Amino acid sequence: MIKLRHIYKSYELGEVEVPVLKDINLHIKPHEFVSILGPSGSGKSTLMNIIGCLDVPDSGDYILDGEYVDSCTEDELSDIRGGKIGFIFQQFNLLPDLTAYENVEMPLLYHRIAASERRERVLKTLEQVGLSERMNHKPSQLSGGQQQRVAIARVLAAQPSIILADEPTGNLDSVSGKEVMDIIRELWKNGNTIVLITHDNNVAKQAQRSVYVHDGILSEKECAI
Amino acid sequence: MTWKIIKLSLKAIFNNKMRSFLTMLGIIIGVMAVVILVSITQGATSGITDSISSMGSDLITATISDEDVSISAEEAESLTEYRAISSVAPVISMNQTVKKGTESGSYSIVGTTAEYFTVQDESVQSGRILAPSDIEWYTHVAVIGTEVATDLFGTWDAVGGTITIDDRNYTVVGVLAEQGRSLAGSDDSKIIIPYSVAERITGQSRISSFYVKAADSDRVNSAINIIEMFLLRTTRDEDAYSVNNQSEVLDTMNDVTNTMSLLLAGIAAISLIVGGIGIMNIMLVSVTERTREIGIRKAVGAKRKHIMLQFLCEACILSIMGGLIGLLFSYCGISVYNLIAGSIIAMNLTVAFAAIAFCAVIGVLFGSYPAAKASKLQPIDALHTTG
Repeated sequence: MIKLRHIYKSYELGEVEVPVLKDINLHIKPHEFVSILGPSGSGKSTLMNIIGCLDVPDSGDYILDGEYVDSCTEDELSDIRGGKIGFIFQQFNLLPDLTAYENVEMPLLYHRIAASERRERVLKTLEQVGLSERMNHKPSQLSGGQQQRVAIARVLAAQPSIILADEPTGNLDSVSGKEVMDIIRELWKNGNTIVLITHDNNVAKQAQRSVYVHDGILSEKECAI
Repeated sequence: MTWKIIKLSLKAIFNNKMRSFLTMLGIIIGVMAVVILVSITQGATSGITDSISSMGSDLITATISDEDVSISAEEAESLTEYRAISSVAPVISMNQTVKKGTESGSYSIVGTTAEYFTVQDESVQSGRILAPSDIEWYTHVAVIGTEVATDLFGTWDAVGGTITIDDRNYTVVGVLAEQGRSLAGSDDSKIIIPYSVAERITGQSRISSFYVKAADSDRVNSAINIIEMFLLRTTRDEDAYSVNNQSEVLDTMNDVTNTMSLLLAGIAAISLIVGGIGIMNIMLVSVTERTREIGIRKAVGAKRKHIMLQFLCEACILSIMGGLIGLLFSYCGISVYNLIAGSIIAMNLTVAFAAIAFCAVIGVLFGSYPAAKASKLQPIDALHTTG
């Protein structure tokens, strides 16, 4: 499903070119739950951006569902993101001026989904994360855990096949963190492919398989962090 | 989708009420300047052009300016032989002191024939106009304007009264219908007497001007040619006379008004453009402030065009809303002007519509750069997810 072959990525910092990812090879099968572990600055977020089609590699192939993503235009990437990939961010990334309902509805507006179906999906997913009661609250009126659950509802409403979670519990207390991880595990059991990025070993353990990124190099074995 | 984008834009505008209003202020002032100035100019001039056009476009005025040139009324009247000319009214005009008992005043005296009333399209509200027999028999009769009647008699009901001009008594046989004010001052303060009598007052048998009515409006130009040929033949001096037609005056008047309106609209349009630059400025700030929002929207599948449309829509709503508020203020402004000046100027709807259309154009024009900038933001840069 996700195939990364010889991915290289570097950033320019002034005059200097800093390599971030070096020769990354990764294969993730459908319905797999993979965690990507690594310290901050290791390049795991860049890897996630590439997997999530937010960024394109300098060289190497990224094949998503048999499609070569590295040759896509910006708008084609937008389509892939909207249709196949859902993001769960550490900072939740909800729009502060919109209510929980509107936040969940927002991605659907870009996919030309009929109003009645939109409403049905939003209500269903908000119920799934247990926030039906609070759908007219703005993010500032919700706790961190609730905000992250709204963000998860936003992902679910768009019905993606792959869910990318970047430190989903990083900004949460342990109770909310556990709630969020329970929901993510539930999604996996319902047939979604989950890619979890974290630096927390305890969180990573819940995945079927873990890979490690260190200084831009990916390995299947744990190394000293 | 479209409705959602409009709703979203309105939300963004109302979230920042003060800033949005200040941004719109440039547009509001621009629209007010255009609409109020043009409305007042056109309102004021339309009064003048109305009074000119009411005289009819088939009216031709010939004025003999050279005192030494003598044209008699009979010579002028002979012009009616031409088919292009339907009637001629010779005029001897002068200013005289007019008395009635102890009241007196200086009025313009028009010595003319019965034709004058046809040519000038004037009528009496009471009594009668001059008759051909008045001219033939040198009767001392006068048809007076309403202002003269009020001044001397204290009432418009002056028929049958007597006034004294140059130590001779004249019977008032008619009072003219009220004319109102025009370019040349009040038309209601004149006294019309038979031209034969006026000749005796001046002691000369020359007329100062004559009015001609063309047979129809298509033959105005040929009538003018005939009159000019006649005057050139009689005076042998091109500078001794002038021939004018009302439609020419009207055309000139309209030209002046239109140029004036265009000039004012041009000046006001500049302030609208300045307002547009203000909108662009604020939109650029808004794009920077909402970088994160743009990033989130792109991450969940928004394409360039969606982001572009959202910001463009916001800029357009800002400028059109400013335009509408400007119209509202203009309406209030014109009402206040009418109240103070006692006039009845209406808002010029063409200009109002044009101003709103111009606002929409400005919104698109000055909104497109910030919108393009927003749409080009890369989602990862916008999300600050580096590292």
